[in-house]
Amino acid sequence: MALPPLDSPQWNSRLRAFAWGARSVASTVLAMVLFATYLGIGALAHDSQFSLAWTLASTAFVWAGPAQIILITTLGSGATIVQAALAVTVSAIRLFPMVVSVLPMMRTPQTKRRHLLLVAHLTAITLWVECYRFLPGVPRERRIAFVHGLGLGLMAVCLTANTIGYTLAANLSPLLGAGILMLTPLAFLFSTARNCRELADVVALVLGLLLFPLATKLGGGLDILASGLTAGTIAYGVHRWRVRT
Amino acid sequence: MSHFIGDWHALVTLFIAGVIPNQIWRMFGVLFGSGIDEGSELLVWVRAVATAILAGVIAQIVVQPPGALASVPDALRYAAVVAGFLAFISIRKSIFAGVACGEVVLITGKWWLG
Repeated sequence: MALPPLDSPQWNSRLRAFAWGARSVASTVLAMVLFATYLGIGALAHDSQFSLAWTLASTAFVWAGPAQIILITTLGSGATIVQAALAVTVSAIRLFPMVVSVLPMMRTPQTKRRHLLLVAHLTAITLWVECYRFLPGVPRERRIAFVHGLGLGLMAVCLTANTIGYTLAANLSPLLGAGILMLTPLAFLFSTARNCRELADVVALVLGLLLFPLATKLGGGLDILASGLTAGTIAYGVHRWRVRT
Repeated sequence: MSHFIGDWHALVTLFIAGVIPNQIWRMFGVLFGSGIDEGSELLVWVRAVATAILAGVIAQIVVQPPGALASVPDALRYAAVVAGFLAFISIRKSIFAGVACGEVVLITGKWWLG
């Protein structure tokens, strides 16, 4: 699907721009990955004893896949609220640079801060990537409406996937149920691996995977935070060492 | 209906441990975004720690699986991840190829083992 040219009258209405944004969901491969991921999150939430309303609320209001699986896995395995909140807070820091880099693309001299709040809420890894791809083809003064359409469209896909995954996990044979639960680690592993831009990211991913089983042996309930901080800091050390030599 | 909503405490927990920790960073981005250098050293460290925490969670689901996944033998879950990773690497870093291959190994393996 191609967007209309920048000077097309299609862009005169804000509603049309919103509709073009929503329609662009269909032309992104990432929407398929997102669908599989949220199918898995729905199943994971079901098997970790959360309600469907809880699952849908987490998708609509948290709107960050990694944070959601961290939340479901830590709470589901008996961590306290404080431990879960700490792990989620650290994982969510990555949203800060994303918001910082996305907003200048749609700011105009007339833009007020409140106009950007929904865009900031919708910003997560997929939207962030797609903004770089789509926004050059959208007139600047219609970009906020376009991103609202794109972001809410992606959210609709994820809420649908959540409901299907949750329902399937409740009704499927253990064989297919296991298959759906496995979607989450696989989809996150490969999309994170794909997003690795620097050596530090690769080291953090590999060490993070390897250190977690060690950290559980030490016990204490802070295993995710402990292995994450250790692996991440070592990765940063490797990055510093490479920059210096 | 109560089955759909479930436990109210869980929803409060979701708000405290899930919604607030995420929205704080997004609102910081809106408020203070203009003065931050995207390539700063602090952000490199933050991204590395965030990636490692996510990696830890991926490992946790595979090593200490929830629900139906626990009925699959350990070795088969690890084999599915390795097979998926090999497909991901060899087919132009395709997320789809990696996920599909991992799933095929897991499901056929489990079916074959009975």
